[in-house]
Parts: sequence; C-alpha cells; structure tokens
Amino acid sequence: MRILVLVKRVPATGGRIVLADDGRSIDTRFLGFVVSPHEECAVEEAVRLIEANGGDSVVMTLGPAEAADQLRDAMAVGIDRAVLLETDGSDWDPLATATALTEAVRRLEAADGPFDLILVGNESADSGGYQVGIRLAVALDRPVVTGIKALEIRDGVATARRQVSAGFDIFELPLPAVVGVREGINLPRYPSVPGRLRAKKKEIETSSPERVAGGGPTLERLRLPVEHEAHVEVLGNGPEAAPRVVEVLREIGVL
Amino acid sequence: MSAILALVETAGSAPDRLSAEALGFAGTAAKALGADVDAVVIAGGEDPAGAEAAAAGLGAYGVSKVHLVAGDRLASYAPAAWAAAVADVVRSGAFEAVVAPSSDRATEVLAHVAARTGQPMAANVTSAAPVAGEPWRITRQRWAGSLLEDATLDGAPRLLTVAPHVVPALEPAAGAPAATVERVDPQVTDADLRARIVGRDVAAGDRISLSDAKVVVGGGRGMGSSEAFAMLDELAGLLGAAVGVSRVATSLGWRPHAQQIGQTGTRIAPELYIACGISGAIQHIVGAKAAKRILVINTDPEAPIFKRATYAVIGDVQAVVPAITAEVRRVRGG
Repeated sequence: MRILVLVKRVPATGGRIVLADDGRSIDTRFLGFVVSPHEECAVEEAVRLIEANGGDSVVMTLGPAEAADQLRDAMAVGIDRAVLLETDGSDWDPLATATALTEAVRRLEAADGPFDLILVGNESADSGGYQVGIRLAVALDRPVVTGIKALEIRDGVATARRQVSAGFDIFELPLPAVVGVREGINLPRYPSVPGRLRAKKKEIETSSPERVAGGGPTLERLRLPVEHEAHVEVLGNGPEAAPRVVEVLREIGVL
Repeated sequence: MSAILALVETAGSAPDRLSAEALGFAGTAAKALGADVDAVVIAGGEDPAGAEAAAAGLGAYGVSKVHLVAGDRLASYAPAAWAAAVADVVRSGAFEAVVAPSSDRATEVLAHVAARTGQPMAANVTSAAPVAGEPWRITRQRWAGSLLEDATLDGAPRLLTVAPHVVPALEPAAGAPAATVERVDPQVTDADLRARIVGRDVAAGDRISLSDAKVVVGGGRGMGSSEAFAMLDELAGLLGAAVGVSRVATSLGWRPHAQQIGQTGTRIAPELYIACGISGAIQHIVGAKAAKRILVINTDPEAPIFKRATYAVIGDVQAVVPAITAEVRRVRGG
C-alpha cells in the first residue's frame, strides 16, 4: 500500500509562551521545534502499516525551509520520501494550506500512482484550525474521519475508532481515504542512529506552492490570556505536611 | 429578518452542555445584529427521538425556528451526510453565521460544510463583535487556549465553533414563545455515506471517568517510575478519585494515553486536582484549567505549576503521598 502523511512544524513551548515584538507570532529564539504531537503519531502509524502490509510512504509539509528538520525526523523513523512545500514561514490560513496540499497530492499521484491512505493530525498544536484534513479530503473526493485513536486496514477498508465518553465509536471507510489521528493511537518510536544517518543523506523534494487568497480567519494579533495569579497556600514541607493536607481535604469537602 | 444558525446536539431531550453554550453565544451575536436565532437539529444517530423532543423545546433557549433534519440516510452518524444536511439548511436562508459547539462531531461537520461551500471557518472562538455585511472581529483560542488570536472572519455565512466552557451555558427560560419547527428532508448521496459509524465499543469496567471526576490525582515525570504510580492509585482509591497523568508519563510508557490530562489528552474539571511530580508544561496546564482547586506536591518550588496552585506541599512525592495516604487512613480510623 501507499501512504502519505502530512505534518506541521511547531515550536516546543514547554512551560511558558513568549510573544515576539510584532505581537503576531511566538518568540521562538529560545525554543526547539517538533512535529505537532498528533502528527508524530500519524507518522508512526504510517510506518507500522507499511511494516505490516508492505508498500511505501511519503511525508509532506507546508512550511519554512527549516521544516526540512521535521521531514528528516519522519524519515529517521522509517518514512521513505519527503516533500517540502516551502513558504516564507508566515501564517497560512486553513483554506490556503489545504489548497496547496491538494495540488501537491495530485502532482505526486500523477507521477507515482494513488495513495491508499492519507494520514493527518486531528488538529495542529499551534493554530488548532481543525479543518485542513477535511478540506483536503473533500477536494480529492475521498471519505474522511477525524479524531481517530485506533486504525485497522483490511481488504481495502479502514476501520477507525474514535473515543467518546461511553467508549469508542467505530467507523468504516473504503480506501482511498483520509484519516485524522489523535495522540494515543500509538506510542511513537525514537529514531535509531542509523535511521538518523540515513535520513540525513536523503533528498527532500522541494517546491514553492501558490497561496490562494480569500480564506480566513485573518490573524491580526496574538495575546496571552489574562491569568488570575493564584494565591498559593503552602501547607508544609515533606511528609510532615500530611496532617495539614488532610485538614484541608476535610475543609473543602473532599473527605 | 436575518438570522444566526446554531448547530445543536442533544443529550436526552435537551441541548447538551456545549450546545447550550453555543446557543448562548448565538443569542448574544443575534442581539447585537437585531437578528433571530435559528437552530438546526439532526434527528439521527444514537437518539433521534431525544433530538426531536429537544427540537420542540428550543424556544426556551431563544430559538425562533428549528430546522429539524430527519431521514433514513441519517440513521447512523456519517460526517459528510450530516454536513450535507446542514449545508442544505445553510443554503435555504440568508444566515449571518453558523455557530456550532466544539464537540468532535460538530467541529467535523462544520469543517465539512466549510469545505463543501468553500467558506472560511474559525474553530474555538471565545468572542465576536458582529456587524452585518462586514467581516466580524473575533477572538479564538490557539494552543488549546494558552494563546488567544484576535482575527477577522468573513464568509457567507461566517462559520465558527465556540470554545468549550468560556461562554456560560444558556438556561432554558420558562414561558418563552415556542419555536416553529420545520422538517427538512436532506439531499444525501451515496458518496456522503462512505465514512460512517458501524458500531460502538462500550468501555468496560466501573472506572471513574477522568473528564467527570470530582477529584483527580495526577502524576508526572517526578513520580520516577511506572511502579511509583501504585501510590497514586492507592490514594485515588481512598478519595474516590480518578488517576490522571502528564504527557511525559504516557510517552515514557508508564501509563496508558487514556489517562493523559492535557492539550492532546483529556480536559478535566474537578473540585480538586492533586498534581504530584508535575512541573506544569503548557500542554498539561491547559487540560487542568477548569479545575476549581489544585494541590501541588513537588520538590521544586520554582516549577511553573506552582503559579496555578491553590495549595502546595514542597517535598518529594515518594515521601509525601504515602504520608497523606496514611493520614487519611488514620483519621478515618482504618
């Protein structure tokens, strides 16, 4: 089978977000970058499906030249090829992103044949638009389901599970299909040293996508939410604090 | 009169919590515009009778007209089919906006509507300044709410989902005029049914659900090992609490992902969250934002989680947690 995985490069924010001076982006001078978490699982899922069924896999991203690092991360754990749709790093709206990805999928499929499965993340960690995978699927006229935490492929049909409060909803969809996955579908592996070396030597197929206008929402400004600084009551140090903790549990009705 | 269309999901014979919040948002926007609130309800899926009953009662939520969609092809949830139904309703009127709750289903359905109609869509909107005929200034959440984006949103209609638990849920008003209910028979094609629900796996056991728990005991990297979580299980058992974990604890394989609290896991809203050996990465904190009180147990008083704490114990979880457990047992006379 042939699988395409779409990923996004996002900053690893850690304990606190700091905004850049322009107020329109995050100050990333002191941050590392990663593949957005749901998509890291999409990469792992693609590698496992190819290991089980044979075939080949491609990873693609739309982003700045530096996003080549995240494509190499994906190749280091077993994805065969990488495609970069290179931008100037500015914020593309979901419609522009999906349109560029759709064009690229058509181009890749015209050259090497159709993908049985396109895996995307449920939503990107940073902008959280919740729509690029669905726009792509609708443009390609393929069935799509999102929020998936378990996936099985058998006889050209994908069985996909989405967590609900009562358990799991079970979806079926015929291939070719698009599936939006969530973290928890698997536990991504760490790349091996030979994997990293192999990925480093691989070529990344780079092109400049066209940016369509007319989408939205249009970003004007980012700001940090006002946090009500909590008043912290220190109940004590070490195990000696236990009696005071239990008193508090009683006061607030937990015990 | 122009209208805002609210997408309403139901629980029993009433709008569910997130939909009641979306109805509140829609009502505020409609008031600013001097517009009506219409609702679209799909009588399909798990409880079509409940949905029909809820539709009949939406007048109490400020709705003037309900577009009640029903049909054989909506019997089980299929994202594209439900979107086709909503898109039919959207095309039937001149709506200023479609306002949906931020549930998995409603978000997915609205994204399909956006894709089918070529319109923009904004997810997790917290507020809007509606003006007829102009782009709306909106604020929406990024990073699951640790960052806010001021933006403009246009569209015919404008499509948005409402961020969870930011807008108060609308309470039904007694004596409000009943809404008119118009039945809609949607155009659903075979292609719209390609991805659909074929069944449900009901969760086994009687474990307390993390999202509904009144008390949550959480553990992170500071627990040190998967074995150390036994002490959290024990304390949680005594308190009738659910056990949750940080992302690190799942990615190290110490605990299953279903227990993860955070941006990529479960959002909790307990009376008390006891956070043990958790430093407080943004990814985790946004998942615990709705906790009423947080008790932090951590060796490092500089850890970011102390900024969110109501109560704190400075110390090693390995020593503090067993001491608390012993004290709980002692005061209970066990």
